[in-house]
Amino acid sequence: MIFEVFRQERKGQPLQHAGTVDAPDERFAEIYAREQYGRRQESVALWLVPREAVSEIGEFPDEFEMKYRRVDGYSIKARLREARERAGTLEAAPGAGAAE
Amino acid sequence: MDTQSMDARTQEFLDYVQAGGQVETGDWMPDEYRAKLVKFIEMHGNSELMGVLPERDWILRAPTLQRKLALTAKIQDEVGHAQLIYRVVEDLGKPRSASLDDLVSGKAKFHNVFHYPTKTWGDVGVIAWLVDAAAIVSQKALLKCSYAPYARIMKKICWEESFHILHGRDVILAMVTGSREQFALVQEAVDRWWEPLMHFHGNPIPAEEDPMFIWRIKSQANEDARQEFLDGYVPQIRELGLEIPDKALAKDEETGIWSYTEPDWEKLRAVVTGHGPASEERLSFRRLSREDVAWVERVVLAEAA
Repeated sequence: MIFEVFRQERKGQPLQHAGTVDAPDERFAEIYAREQYGRRQESVALWLVPREAVSEIGEFPDEFEMKYRRVDGYSIKARLREARERAGTLEAAPGAGAAE
Repeated sequence: MDTQSMDARTQEFLDYVQAGGQVETGDWMPDEYRAKLVKFIEMHGNSELMGVLPERDWILRAPTLQRKLALTAKIQDEVGHAQLIYRVVEDLGKPRSASLDDLVSGKAKFHNVFHYPTKTWGDVGVIAWLVDAAAIVSQKALLKCSYAPYARIMKKICWEESFHILHGRDVILAMVTGSREQFALVQEAVDRWWEPLMHFHGNPIPAEEDPMFIWRIKSQANEDARQEFLDGYVPQIRELGLEIPDKALAKDEETGIWSYTEPDWEKLRAVVTGHGPASEERLSFRRLSREDVAWVERVVLAEAA
Protein backbone atom coordinates (compact mmCIF):
# COMPACT_ATOMS: atom_id res chain seq x y z
CA MET A 1 0.00 0.00 0.00
CA ILE A 2 1.14 3.52 -0.78
CA PHE A 3 0.61 6.12 1.95
CA GLU A 4 0.93 9.83 1.39
CA VAL A 5 2.89 11.40 4.25
CA PHE A 6 2.09 14.89 5.54
CA ARG A 7 4.46 16.50 7.97
CA GLN A 8 4.11 19.34 10.49
CA GLU A 9 7.35 21.04 11.45
CA ARG A 10 6.08 23.04 14.41
CA LYS A 11 2.83 23.28 16.33
CA GLY A 12 0.48 25.66 14.59
CA GLN A 13 2.01 25.25 11.16
CA PRO A 14 0.18 23.58 8.28
CA LEU A 15 0.72 19.89 7.61
CA GLN A 16 2.51 19.75 4.30
CA HIS A 17 2.95 16.92 1.88
CA ALA A 18 6.44 15.49 2.43
CA GLY A 19 6.54 12.26 0.45
CA THR A 20 5.24 8.72 0.45
CA VAL A 21 5.92 5.35 2.04
CA ASP A 22 5.16 1.92 0.64
CA ALA A 23 4.17 -0.52 3.36
CA PRO A 24 2.25 -3.78 3.59
CA ASP A 25 -0.12 -2.36 6.23
CA GLU A 26 -0.76 0.65 8.49
CA ARG A 27 1.44 -0.63 11.27
CA PHE A 28 4.49 -0.86 9.03
CA ALA A 29 3.58 2.45 7.39
CA GLU A 30 3.76 4.12 10.80
CA ILE A 31 7.15 2.59 11.53
CA TYR A 32 8.55 3.60 8.13
CA ALA A 33 7.14 7.13 8.27
CA ARG A 34 8.44 7.70 11.79
CA GLU A 35 11.87 6.52 10.67
CA GLN A 36 12.01 8.42 7.37
CA TYR A 37 10.26 11.66 8.32
CA GLY A 38 10.62 12.04 12.06
CA ARG A 39 13.73 10.43 13.44
CA ARG A 40 15.58 13.76 13.88
CA GLN A 41 12.86 15.74 15.66
CA GLU A 42 12.17 17.47 12.34
CA SER A 43 8.42 16.84 12.73
CA VAL A 44 5.91 17.31 15.54
CA ALA A 45 3.16 15.39 13.71
CA LEU A 46 2.78 13.13 10.71
CA TRP A 47 -0.43 12.26 8.87
CA LEU A 48 -0.53 9.05 6.90
CA VAL A 49 -3.23 8.77 4.27
CA PRO A 50 -3.68 5.73 2.03
CA ARG A 51 -3.27 7.01 -1.52
CA GLU A 52 -6.66 5.57 -2.57
CA ALA A 53 -8.34 7.60 0.18
CA VAL A 54 -7.24 10.91 -1.33
CA SER A 55 -9.90 12.68 -3.41
CA GLU A 56 -8.22 15.19 -5.62
CA ILE A 57 -9.86 18.15 -7.30
CA GLY A 58 -7.42 19.49 -9.83
CA GLU A 59 -9.41 21.71 -12.17
CA PHE A 60 -10.95 25.07 -11.41
CA PRO A 61 -12.51 26.51 -14.56
CA ASP A 62 -12.95 30.28 -14.66
CA GLU A 63 -14.70 30.79 -18.00
CA PHE A 64 -16.04 34.22 -17.13
CA GLU A 65 -12.82 35.48 -15.55
CA MET A 66 -14.69 36.97 -12.65
CA LYS A 67 -11.92 39.28 -11.61
CA TYR A 68 -14.20 41.50 -9.54
CA ARG A 69 -13.87 38.82 -6.87
CA ARG A 70 -10.12 39.16 -6.56
CA VAL A 71 -7.59 41.84 -5.70
CA ASP A 72 -6.08 41.71 -9.19
CA GLY A 73 -9.49 42.87 -10.49
CA TYR A 74 -8.90 46.34 -9.07
CA SER A 75 -6.44 49.03 -10.05
CA ILE A 76 -6.97 52.04 -7.84
CA LYS A 77 -3.74 53.93 -8.49
CA ALA A 78 -5.06 56.60 -10.88
CA ARG A 79 -8.28 57.22 -8.94
CA LEU A 80 -6.44 57.44 -5.62
CA ARG A 81 -4.14 60.03 -7.12
CA GLU A 82 -7.08 62.07 -8.41
CA ALA A 83 -8.81 61.85 -5.03
CA ARG A 84 -5.68 63.04 -3.24
CA GLU A 85 -5.28 65.90 -5.69
CA ARG A 86 -8.84 67.05 -5.02
CA ALA A 87 -8.31 66.77 -1.28
CA GLY A 88 -4.97 68.57 -1.51
CA THR A 89 -3.16 65.71 0.30
CA LEU A 90 -1.01 64.49 -2.61
CA GLU A 91 2.20 66.00 -1.21
CA ALA A 92 1.64 64.44 2.19
CA ALA A 93 0.81 60.96 0.83
CA PRO A 94 3.20 58.08 1.70
CA GLY A 95 6.02 57.84 -0.84
CA ALA A 96 4.90 61.03 -2.61
CA GLY A 97 8.42 62.30 -3.17
CA ALA A 98 10.01 59.03 -4.28
CA ALA A 99 7.20 57.83 -6.49
CA GLU A 100 6.93 60.91 -8.73
CA MET B 1 16.25 15.59 -28.32
CA ASP B 2 14.64 15.69 -31.75
CA THR B 3 12.66 18.91 -31.56
CA GLN B 4 11.39 18.50 -35.14
CA SER B 5 9.26 15.49 -34.35
CA MET B 6 7.93 16.76 -31.04
CA ASP B 7 4.16 16.80 -30.89
CA ALA B 8 2.22 19.84 -29.74
CA ARG B 9 1.41 18.41 -26.32
CA THR B 10 5.06 17.60 -25.59
CA GLN B 11 6.11 21.06 -26.78
CA GLU B 12 3.54 22.62 -24.47
CA PHE B 13 4.88 20.51 -21.59
CA LEU B 14 8.46 21.51 -22.39
CA ASP B 15 7.51 25.21 -22.48
CA TYR B 16 5.74 24.76 -19.16
CA VAL B 17 8.73 23.22 -17.33
CA GLN B 18 11.17 25.65 -18.94
CA ALA B 19 9.08 28.53 -17.60
CA GLY B 20 9.54 27.09 -14.10
CA GLY B 21 6.40 24.93 -14.03
CA GLN B 22 6.32 21.84 -11.80
CA VAL B 23 4.71 18.45 -12.32
CA GLU B 24 3.08 16.04 -9.85
CA THR B 25 3.01 12.22 -9.89
CA GLY B 26 -0.45 11.87 -11.44
CA ASP B 27 0.04 14.55 -14.12
CA TRP B 28 0.50 13.70 -17.77
CA MET B 29 4.14 13.79 -18.86
CA PRO B 30 5.98 12.85 -22.07
CA ASP B 31 7.55 9.36 -22.04
CA GLU B 32 10.96 10.84 -22.69
CA TYR B 33 10.66 13.09 -19.64
CA ARG B 34 9.56 10.18 -17.48
CA ALA B 35 12.49 8.05 -18.72
CA LYS B 36 14.98 10.85 -18.03
CA LEU B 37 13.56 11.37 -14.55
CA VAL B 38 13.82 7.66 -13.74
CA LYS B 39 17.41 7.51 -14.96
CA PHE B 40 18.51 10.61 -13.06
CA ILE B 41 16.68 9.98 -9.79
CA GLU B 42 17.55 6.28 -9.77
CA MET B 43 21.24 7.12 -10.11
CA HIS B 44 20.88 9.49 -7.16
CA GLY B 45 19.25 6.71 -5.09
CA ASN B 46 21.96 4.25 -6.09
CA SER B 47 24.62 6.77 -5.05
CA GLU B 48 23.09 7.26 -1.61
CA LEU B 49 22.96 3.50 -1.10
CA MET B 50 26.46 2.82 -2.44
CA GLY B 51 27.83 5.91 -0.68
CA VAL B 52 27.41 4.32 2.73
CA LEU B 53 29.78 1.46 1.93
CA PRO B 54 33.07 3.41 2.04
CA GLU B 55 31.97 4.91 5.37
CA ARG B 56 30.60 1.68 6.77
CA ASP B 57 34.14 0.28 6.64
CA TRP B 58 35.08 2.87 9.29
CA ILE B 59 32.34 2.39 11.88
CA LEU B 60 34.47 -0.16 13.73
CA ARG B 61 37.66 1.84 13.23
CA ALA B 62 36.39 5.34 14.18
CA PRO B 63 38.84 6.95 16.62
CA THR B 64 36.36 7.81 19.38
CA LEU B 65 32.91 6.75 20.52
CA GLN B 66 31.50 10.16 19.59
CA ARG B 67 32.87 9.83 16.04
CA LYS B 68 31.49 6.32 15.80
CA LEU B 69 28.01 7.52 16.75
CA ALA B 70 28.13 10.50 14.36
CA LEU B 71 29.34 8.33 11.49
CA THR B 72 26.61 5.79 12.17
CA ALA B 73 24.00 8.58 12.17
CA LYS B 74 25.33 9.88 8.84
CA ILE B 75 25.16 6.41 7.34
CA GLN B 76 21.61 6.03 8.63
CA ASP B 77 20.74 9.34 6.92
CA GLU B 78 22.18 8.24 3.58
CA VAL B 79 20.24 4.98 3.63
CA GLY B 80 17.16 7.02 4.55
CA HIS B 81 17.78 9.23 1.51
CA ALA B 82 17.97 6.14 -0.68
CA GLN B 83 14.60 5.01 0.68
CA LEU B 84 12.96 8.38 -0.05
CA ILE B 85 14.49 8.52 -3.52
CA TYR B 86 13.66 4.96 -4.61
CA ARG B 87 10.05 5.66 -3.55
CA VAL B 88 9.95 8.60 -5.97
CA VAL B 89 11.33 6.34 -8.71
CA GLU B 90 8.67 3.73 -7.89
CA ASP B 91 5.90 6.29 -8.36
CA LEU B 92 7.36 7.01 -11.79
CA GLY B 93 6.90 3.36 -12.70
CA LYS B 94 10.09 1.50 -11.79
CA PRO B 95 9.80 -0.80 -8.73
CA ARG B 96 12.54 -0.67 -6.12
CA SER B 97 13.41 -4.32 -6.71
CA ALA B 98 14.07 -3.51 -10.39
CA SER B 99 16.31 -0.57 -9.41
CA LEU B 100 18.25 -2.80 -7.04
CA ASP B 101 18.52 -5.55 -9.69
CA ASP B 102 19.97 -3.05 -12.16
CA LEU B 103 22.33 -1.70 -9.53
CA VAL B 104 23.85 -5.04 -8.50
CA SER B 105 24.04 -6.31 -12.08
CA GLY B 106 26.10 -3.23 -13.00
CA LYS B 107 23.51 -1.98 -15.50
CA ALA B 108 22.67 1.18 -13.54
CA LYS B 109 25.24 3.75 -12.51
CA PHE B 110 26.18 5.45 -9.26
CA HIS B 111 28.36 8.47 -8.56
CA ASN B 112 32.08 8.29 -9.39
CA VAL B 113 33.24 9.13 -5.85
CA PHE B 114 31.79 5.89 -4.48
CA HIS B 115 33.98 3.74 -6.74
CA TYR B 116 37.10 4.59 -4.72
CA PRO B 117 38.54 2.96 -1.58
CA THR B 118 38.92 4.73 1.78
CA LYS B 119 42.47 4.21 2.94
CA THR B 120 42.60 6.19 6.20
CA TRP B 121 40.42 8.14 8.65
CA GLY B 122 41.56 11.19 6.66
CA ASP B 123 39.57 9.89 3.70
CA VAL B 124 36.48 9.63 5.90
CA GLY B 125 36.87 13.29 6.88
CA VAL B 126 37.45 14.42 3.30
CA ILE B 127 34.43 12.45 2.08
CA ALA B 128 32.14 13.85 4.76
CA TRP B 129 33.40 17.40 4.19
CA LEU B 130 34.25 17.80 0.52
CA VAL B 131 32.35 15.01 -1.23
CA ASP B 132 29.22 16.00 0.67
CA ALA B 133 29.93 19.66 -0.12
CA ALA B 134 30.14 18.85 -3.83
CA ALA B 135 26.94 16.83 -3.51
CA ILE B 136 25.06 19.59 -1.75
CA VAL B 137 25.90 22.01 -4.58
CA SER B 138 24.15 19.61 -6.99
CA GLN B 139 21.34 18.86 -4.59
CA LYS B 140 20.53 22.51 -3.92
CA ALA B 141 20.11 22.90 -7.68
CA LEU B 142 17.48 20.12 -7.48
CA LEU B 143 15.27 22.06 -5.05
CA LYS B 144 13.78 23.71 -8.17
CA CYS B 145 13.39 20.40 -10.06
CA SER B 146 10.43 20.37 -12.46
CA TYR B 147 9.29 17.11 -10.86
CA ALA B 148 7.80 18.38 -7.60
CA PRO B 149 7.82 15.17 -5.50
CA TYR B 150 11.60 14.94 -6.02
CA ALA B 151 12.07 18.62 -5.21
CA ARG B 152 10.10 18.17 -1.98
CA ILE B 153 12.17 15.28 -0.60
CA MET B 154 15.31 17.19 -1.60
CA LYS B 155 14.45 19.78 1.05
CA LYS B 156 14.80 17.16 3.76
CA ILE B 157 17.91 15.67 2.16
CA CYS B 158 19.72 19.03 1.96
CA TRP B 159 18.83 19.72 5.58
CA GLU B 160 20.53 16.50 6.67
CA GLU B 161 23.52 16.97 4.37
CA SER B 162 24.36 20.23 6.13
CA PHE B 163 24.97 18.22 9.30
CA HIS B 164 27.22 15.83 7.33
CA ILE B 165 29.40 18.66 6.01
CA LEU B 166 29.81 20.16 9.47
CA HIS B 167 30.63 16.75 10.92
CA GLY B 168 33.26 16.26 8.18
CA ARG B 169 34.71 19.68 8.75
CA ASP B 170 34.92 18.97 12.47
CA VAL B 171 36.81 15.72 11.77
CA ILE B 172 39.22 17.58 9.48
CA LEU B 173 39.76 20.41 11.97
CA ALA B 174 40.54 17.93 14.72
CA MET B 175 43.17 16.31 12.50
CA VAL B 176 44.82 19.47 11.14
CA THR B 177 45.17 20.81 14.70
CA GLY B 178 46.55 17.46 15.88
CA SER B 179 49.89 15.81 15.34
CA ARG B 180 52.09 16.11 12.26
CA GLU B 181 51.01 12.60 11.27
CA GLN B 182 47.33 13.50 11.52
CA PHE B 183 47.85 16.57 9.32
CA ALA B 184 49.68 14.39 6.80
CA LEU B 185 46.75 11.97 6.68
CA VAL B 186 44.45 14.84 5.68
CA GLN B 187 46.85 16.15 3.03
CA GLU B 188 47.21 12.66 1.55
CA ALA B 189 43.44 12.27 1.48
CA VAL B 190 43.03 15.65 -0.30
CA ASP B 191 45.64 14.50 -2.84
CA ARG B 192 43.74 11.25 -3.43
CA TRP B 193 40.29 12.80 -3.62
CA TRP B 194 40.99 15.89 -5.73
CA GLU B 195 40.64 14.17 -9.08
CA PRO B 196 37.37 12.41 -8.18
CA LEU B 197 36.09 15.74 -6.82
CA MET B 198 36.91 17.51 -10.08
CA HIS B 199 35.10 14.72 -11.94
CA PHE B 200 32.10 14.87 -9.63
CA HIS B 201 29.95 17.44 -11.44
CA GLY B 202 30.55 15.87 -14.85
CA ASN B 203 32.07 17.09 -18.08
CA PRO B 204 31.41 20.74 -18.99
CA ILE B 205 28.54 20.05 -21.39
CA PRO B 206 26.66 23.31 -22.15
CA ALA B 207 23.30 23.53 -20.34
CA GLU B 208 21.38 23.84 -23.63
CA GLU B 209 22.73 20.44 -24.74
CA ASP B 210 22.14 18.69 -21.45
CA PRO B 211 18.80 16.80 -21.55
CA MET B 212 18.57 16.96 -17.74
CA PHE B 213 18.71 20.76 -17.96
CA ILE B 214 16.44 20.97 -21.01
CA TRP B 215 13.67 19.23 -19.05
CA ARG B 216 14.58 21.28 -15.96
CA ILE B 217 15.26 18.14 -13.94
CA LYS B 218 18.30 20.06 -12.78
CA SER B 219 18.60 23.81 -12.90
CA GLN B 220 22.35 24.23 -13.25
CA ALA B 221 24.99 23.38 -15.88
CA ASN B 222 27.75 20.96 -14.81
CA GLU B 223 30.47 23.59 -15.05
CA ASP B 224 28.45 26.11 -13.02
CA ALA B 225 28.16 23.52 -10.25
CA ARG B 226 31.92 22.87 -10.32
CA GLN B 227 32.66 26.61 -10.23
CA GLU B 228 30.34 27.04 -7.25
CA PHE B 229 32.10 24.19 -5.46
CA LEU B 230 35.59 25.60 -6.18
CA ASP B 231 34.57 29.09 -5.16
CA GLY B 232 33.12 27.88 -1.89
CA TYR B 233 35.67 25.30 -0.85
CA VAL B 234 39.12 26.02 -2.32
CA PRO B 235 39.57 28.94 0.11
CA GLN B 236 38.36 26.75 3.00
CA ILE B 237 40.90 24.05 2.11
CA ARG B 238 43.79 26.47 1.65
CA GLU B 239 43.17 28.41 4.86
CA LEU B 240 43.97 25.23 6.80
CA GLY B 241 47.42 25.09 5.19
CA LEU B 242 46.42 22.20 2.94
CA GLU B 243 47.63 22.10 -0.63
CA ILE B 244 45.49 21.24 -3.60
CA PRO B 245 47.34 19.02 -6.09
CA ASP B 246 46.70 21.20 -9.16
CA LYS B 247 49.26 23.88 -10.00
CA ALA B 248 46.91 25.39 -12.59
CA LEU B 249 44.11 25.99 -10.10
CA ALA B 250 43.53 29.75 -9.86
CA LYS B 251 40.69 32.25 -9.76
CA ASP B 252 40.52 35.05 -12.29
CA GLU B 253 39.66 37.96 -10.00
CA GLU B 254 38.02 39.92 -12.83
CA THR B 255 35.70 37.24 -14.17
CA GLY B 256 35.45 35.28 -10.91
CA ILE B 257 36.01 32.08 -12.90
CA TRP B 258 38.32 29.32 -11.69
CA SER B 259 40.73 27.73 -14.14
CA TYR B 260 42.16 24.27 -13.52
CA THR B 261 43.88 21.39 -15.23
CA GLU B 262 41.35 19.67 -17.49
CA PRO B 263 40.30 16.42 -15.78
CA ASP B 264 40.56 13.15 -17.71
CA TRP B 265 36.94 12.68 -18.78
CA GLU B 266 37.63 9.24 -20.27
CA LYS B 267 38.72 8.13 -16.83
CA LEU B 268 35.46 9.41 -15.35
CA ARG B 269 33.51 7.45 -17.97
CA ALA B 270 35.49 4.31 -17.14
CA VAL B 271 34.97 4.73 -13.39
CA VAL B 272 31.20 5.23 -13.55
CA THR B 273 30.77 2.28 -15.88
CA GLY B 274 32.15 0.00 -13.19
CA HIS B 275 35.91 0.16 -13.81
CA GLY B 276 36.87 2.18 -10.75
CA PRO B 277 39.37 0.88 -8.19
CA ALA B 278 36.65 -0.29 -5.77
CA SER B 279 33.67 -0.77 -8.15
CA GLU B 280 33.64 -4.54 -8.16
CA GLU B 281 34.28 -4.91 -4.44
CA ARG B 282 31.40 -2.54 -3.61
CA LEU B 283 28.98 -4.20 -5.99
CA SER B 284 29.84 -7.67 -4.67
CA PHE B 285 29.21 -6.45 -1.14
CA ARG B 286 25.85 -4.99 -2.18
CA ARG B 287 24.91 -8.27 -3.87
CA LEU B 288 25.85 -10.18 -0.75
CA SER B 289 23.94 -7.92 1.64
CA ARG B 290 20.90 -8.05 -0.64
CA GLU B 291 20.88 -11.84 -0.38
CA ASP B 292 21.53 -11.64 3.35
CA VAL B 293 18.48 -9.50 4.09
CA ALA B 294 16.06 -11.07 1.59
CA TRP B 295 14.42 -12.96 4.47
CA VAL B 296 13.42 -9.68 6.14
CA GLU B 297 11.28 -8.73 3.17
CA ARG B 298 9.70 -12.17 3.15
CA VAL B 299 8.88 -12.01 6.86
CA VAL B 300 7.47 -8.48 6.69
CA LEU B 301 5.22 -9.31 3.77
CA ALA B 302 4.12 -12.60 5.34
CA GLU B 303 3.31 -11.02 8.68
CA ALA B 304 1.28 -8.25 7.12
CA ALA B 305 -0.65 -10.64 4.87
